Amino acid sequence: MIQPTDALDAKSLSPNADALISMRGIKKVFVTDEVETHALTEVHLDVQQGEYVAISGPSGCGKTTLLSILGLLDATTEGEYRLAGEPVSGLSPAERARVRNRQIGFIFQAFNLIGDLTVYENVELPLTYRTGDAALDAAERKRRVVEALEKVGMAHRTKHYPAQLSGGQQQRVAVARAVAGEPAILLADEPTGNLDSQNGEAVMGLLQELHRGGATICMVTHDPRYAAHADRSVQLFDGRVVEDTALAGGSRSAAHVVPA
Amino acid sequence: MGILSKHSSDSRQISESSSPLVSLRNVEKAYKTAGGVSYVLRRVTLDIAAGEFVTVMGPSGAGKSTLLAILGMLDAVFTGEFFFRGLPVHALDNKRRQQLAREHIGFVFQQYHLLDDLTVAENLSVPLDYRGVNKSERASRVADVLDRFNIVGKKDLYPSQLSGGQQQLVGIARAVIAEPSLILADEPTGNLHSVQAREIMELFTRLNAAGTTIVQVTHSDENAGYGSRTINLKDGWMEP
Repeated sequence: MIQPTDALDAKSLSPNADALISMRGIKKVFVTDEVETHALTEVHLDVQQGEYVAISGPSGCGKTTLLSILGLLDATTEGEYRLAGEPVSGLSPAERARVRNRQIGFIFQAFNLIGDLTVYENVELPLTYRTGDAALDAAERKRRVVEALEKVGMAHRTKHYPAQLSGGQQQRVAVARAVAGEPAILLADEPTGNLDSQNGEAVMGLLQELHRGGATICMVTHDPRYAAHADRSVQLFDGRVVEDTALAGGSRSAAHVVPA
Repeated sequence: MGILSKHSSDSRQISESSSPLVSLRNVEKAYKTAGGVSYVLRRVTLDIAAGEFVTVMGPSGAGKSTLLAILGMLDAVFTGEFFFRGLPVHALDNKRRQQLAREHIGFVFQQYHLLDDLTVAENLSVPLDYRGVNKSERASRVADVLDRFNIVGKKDLYPSQLSGGQQQLVGIARAVIAEPSLILADEPTGNLHSVQAREIMELFTRLNAAGTTIVQVTHSDENAGYGSRTINLKDGWMEP
């Protein structure tokens, strides 16, 4: 039974060892010209294997900062973060990069495909950055790239360049790039923000399909229609989680509200 | 500098004496639509000499980005002829065309196209990885470019930790790292405020002065002012 919100009440509790993601007391402070900005004041969050979580809130609420920390692009100022049971809050940038490359798949609003690399090369690129015991040989890379492109219905476009694709197709390729690494979790930052509603829906459908196939997804969105695709909604305000709700379409029925 | 006269279509004599870097002859691109055929480029004939800094302007939908994609060999579906350093691009197979592009062309995009999960140094290394440059050579070229662009201090940062202007600086550094003879820039300052935009344009000017040929697409008259020649497109036609 999944009980992602129980730990949130007991803020002093240690991280949930069973959760894929467990955050306790996460703070993030940016200091510029002697001004301190508290992007995240105190975030407690558990995400279970296989969950699909939408993170929303007004501009400046800290959702992009939270996603950067979840994705190990940025370090916490304070607090404890465990990813797949491994403490990652104290890692050096290089160690974070190593964990990130293996465990996290990113999907960005602007697709972030490289325009002068083909579809195939764009999907393969992150795999080529794996070294040591995680290094993938050419045959394994190829298998993963082809499989990922098949998953998103873009296997017939391997030799195309991004400019030859529609926005929706580019985002499908970006999704393939994210899943080719077989990450523990997919992080999506406004994945439909640059798409018209039809292509937006198609990308959301694709994420849902991946979720049904077992993928764990955290998606930042400010659009409630898209948030509704997830099975759990986390609302941020002023750097805190102010609401954590199971959604009707999701796998759980209990709703839970954290007192602000 | 040996820059071509403004009326490049009359430049046959110049083309013969010094073969242009780029030569388009009656290039056309069209899409089939429900109502018939929709043209994106019409009979574009254009020479660009090595060392030029050319600006392509025109309203949205005029064919600017399509022209840039064809020049960059990212789009090979067109009719007419395209010679690059005398080589017939229109007749090359995919692999040769890609090799030619990777050897000679660097791209700068409005959206930077940096990978947010790679550091600045790793982003810079990407074009070299795809050009078969060996590891030690890659490291030394990355170090060199970081130095030239004065971004050594940013090498371990991620794009999200940089301002837009800094990200585009990295975008340009990535374009030049493979030492292209031609840089193609699509609205390179479109996402930047005016001070950052000016810095980026001055950087292009210096690269051009050092010998790199540049073709930029822009809506900005100020940016066009940095170039040596402007081509106006409208409804796919080059305006005289």
